[in-house]
Amino acid sequence: MSTWLETIAQNLAAEKSFAVATVIAGSENVGAKMFVYADGARDGDLGNAELNARAASDALTFLEQEHSETRAYDDVQVFIETYAPPPRLIIVGGVHTAIPLSEYARILGFRVTVVDGRGRFATPERFPHVHELIVEWPDDVIPRLRIDASTYVVILTHDPKFDLPALKALSTTKPRYIGAMGSRETRRQHMDELRAQGVPDEFLKTVYGPVGLDLGGRSPEEMALAIIAQIIAVRYHRHGGHLMNVAVE
Amino acid sequence: MQEILDALEQWRARGDQVALATVTWTSGSTPRAVGAKMAVNARGEFVGSVSGGCVEGAVIDEARHVIKSGKPTLVSYGISDDMAWDVGLACGGSIQVFIEKI
Repeated sequence: MSTWLETIAQNLAAEKSFAVATVIAGSENVGAKMFVYADGARDGDLGNAELNARAASDALTFLEQEHSETRAYDDVQVFIETYAPPPRLIIVGGVHTAIPLSEYARILGFRVTVVDGRGRFATPERFPHVHELIVEWPDDVIPRLRIDASTYVVILTHDPKFDLPALKALSTTKPRYIGAMGSRETRRQHMDELRAQGVPDEFLKTVYGPVGLDLGGRSPEEMALAIIAQIIAVRYHRHGGHLMNVAVE
Repeated sequence: MQEILDALEQWRARGDQVALATVTWTSGSTPRAVGAKMAVNARGEFVGSVSGGCVEGAVIDEARHVIKSGKPTLVSYGISDDMAWDVGLACGGSIQVFIEKI
């Protein structure tokens, strides 16, 4: 296999976040490639140092957005393709809704972790498909988990003695999404309490709650669908309405 | 991506020459997004897709040329294309596909 394909295969296997820039049109070097990694490292050459620098700068922006695009640099067209590691879903609370949610997430390619301090909830029999099942208190576990821009967290316990410490532990992390189950009134009480404990408002405002898109579902399976649909919408920066009502770009 | 990589590796292991086609640009409504890929070998076998079946035949022909010449190429398909009636996209969108020999 050619070296660049081998590099792609190795990077995918290592679950790296990386971009491949390819000259697809121009007077010379068509087919030339450069790899760009999330830490700014580069490998390869598109033809000249200035072009490499401009393409690498755009690649780093696209990596954050999980976006791929063809860019024109003067008379050269460069296709910048990004590869993101598989997204991770951390479900706090091994409740009924967590079961269909973990299954939907797995089908959609997420690595799924379920955390619950209550051993009767977090059992392999209830969650046979998850990648990781952790029977521990969420606020003990959260500081040990890798939480990054490809991590999504859903808190389903809606009991303040689990939810509040979990949210507080999450307030110093930067996941792509945090959703918290609970009514508007529950949310208001939880937020007031966390604010009183010194959790910053900027963080609290980012927590999606009541959780999910407005699909009108009632069963745990339907609620799980509304949650995973919201996660997909957040992932791709969409609102999640009817396509027929969306203005054409 | 993994099925594309697997197919390319299998074909190359048995001595086939191969090319990779990637959607690099889209406009309007298109069945596959930027980054969609199709692997093609010199026999005309393919894995993956670059549209909903609308332009795959044309891309396979183009890919076999690329395998012969070794020169990568960028091709466009869409409603505004001269070949719209032959290999246009039924959905009315336009795409660009980059084809390179591996």
